[in-house]
Amino acid sequence: MPSPRLELDAVAKAYGGRPVLRGLSFAVGVGECYALLGPNGAGKSTSVRCIQGLTPFDAGQIRLDGRPLTQWPAGGHGRIGVVPQSDQLDPDFTVEENLWIYGRYFRLPAAEIHRRSKELLAFLALEDFARRPIQALSGGMRRRLSVARALMHEPQLLLLDEPTTGLDPQARHLLWQRLRELQRSGVTLLLTTHYLDEAERLADRVGILDGGRIRAEDSPESLIRAQIPGEVLELRRRDGGLPDPENWHQGRVAAAERAGDTLLLFDARLDAARAHFAADPQYQLLQRPATLEDVFLRLTGRELREEEG
Amino acid sequence: MAWFLPSWGALAVLRRNFLVWRKLLLPSLLGNFVDPLLYLLALGYGLGHFVGRMEGMPYITFIASGIVASSAMNTATFEGLYSAYTRMAVQNTYLSILATPLQMGDIVTGELLWCALKGAISALAIIIVASFFGAIDWHWQVLLALPVILLTGLSFGAIALAFTALSRSYDFFMYYFTLAVTPMFLFCGVFYPLHTLPAFAQNIAAVLPLTHAVLLLRPLLTGHAPTQVELHLAVLLAYALCAYVLATVLLRRRLLR
Repeated sequence: MPSPRLELDAVAKAYGGRPVLRGLSFAVGVGECYALLGPNGAGKSTSVRCIQGLTPFDAGQIRLDGRPLTQWPAGGHGRIGVVPQSDQLDPDFTVEENLWIYGRYFRLPAAEIHRRSKELLAFLALEDFARRPIQALSGGMRRRLSVARALMHEPQLLLLDEPTTGLDPQARHLLWQRLRELQRSGVTLLLTTHYLDEAERLADRVGILDGGRIRAEDSPESLIRAQIPGEVLELRRRDGGLPDPENWHQGRVAAAERAGDTLLLFDARLDAARAHFAADPQYQLLQRPATLEDVFLRLTGRELREEEG
Repeated sequence: MAWFLPSWGALAVLRRNFLVWRKLLLPSLLGNFVDPLLYLLALGYGLGHFVGRMEGMPYITFIASGIVASSAMNTATFEGLYSAYTRMAVQNTYLSILATPLQMGDIVTGELLWCALKGAISALAIIIVASFFGAIDWHWQVLLALPVILLTGLSFGAIALAFTALSRSYDFFMYYFTLAVTPMFLFCGVFYPLHTLPAFAQNIAAVLPLTHAVLLLRPLLTGHAPTQVELHLAVLLAYALCAYVLATVLLRRRLLR
């Protein structure tokens, strides 16, 4: 079996005694798109920083094409492209100058830099903005320029840390489309996200990260099938009260989760529960197919987490 | 230890900073020329009228060479503090460079080369302006001033960068200016010869880098032979190397965590 493009093997990292990664292991195959999905503080950005060599980790190993990162020249940076969570574009330069300057850091010849930047500006729909200053770009354009910059040296692996956070729907769809094209052209993608729809749309496999390790890992469909029996019935009360305080549902459905003011019931057959609660006009009911969000809630707990530290 | 030492990548960092500077070329150069012109007029002519001669030369000649040294210090310091801090903490330029094959040693070296070059540009502007006042003795020795100016810029740039690596905000730089740069400007022989100071002050001045830059540059720019050249060069070089090591280690500790 060929070695995976990227492999994390029991990576551990603690900040001042507080563990952030506790033996994180996963592998991303050549040409695959893998999404690390997790709540805030789960260790998503720390994982990306470790792969990038920006965070020295305490234990474990990270391998690129079967070889430890430390054995690659410059930590493998010649083969890895990085799209950081917050844009790190150079505000003193125009769009195309940003690409030229960055290409220099990889020691690309001038002709190559011009060819690549032209190609990438076209690929990411930025041609008309080549001479604009960075300040004149929208959030979506900046993110696309960050992607273009990360691709200047034709990396085999692209790391994307929450690539569409803060973008409007059109900008997200445009970026997703480009990322799918990129994957078709053979680039391996590793993305972190807390958007479940993003993971469902892009990823071949999803790893659910919680408390610094992978809690479940599979294709989005298989994860849903394995964790959620059938469909979902969402219950809320119009008066804001706790739905089903007497726990009528217990023993009557396959599984249930409480998330704040909402009760989620999971089962292949939800007709009886539906009929029971529909009789009370206080209840708002929504029956829908299960999504990755339900898996996420079931595996990582119900409550929203605030970012720590 | 590869992260520690510079490679070709330092030149890419230097080039980046140069290209930004080129965009603001005119206002930047204007500042370089107007500032020393004001100093030379106010102090050289105004104050010089009462001072007359100092150390056997017209006062304007005396302070012109001192201001060449202090200007290299100021410019390199400013670049190593404010501009470098902006790149490090505000624009995240260093983080984006660390995602490429470049390492911390390349970033620090590129920044320091740029500090030295910028210091040299401002020093050169003063030499040109001072020449119009006849305050520079133009002969081949003046050429030797250039490497000394570059070394001065390297030293002060490196000290400033080490300080930047520790700073939590721009406010910290005021301390550095008030406690380090301004005292050096006033007590390291820019405006009067060191031997006029009390002995203890002379001893303090003797370990400060600007003193050694002035003691090398003044004779070179006024047609005299500098003395104790090795000592002065060694002190400047020691500051540059120690501060380089410090800045690289501190920046690594700050950014890689």
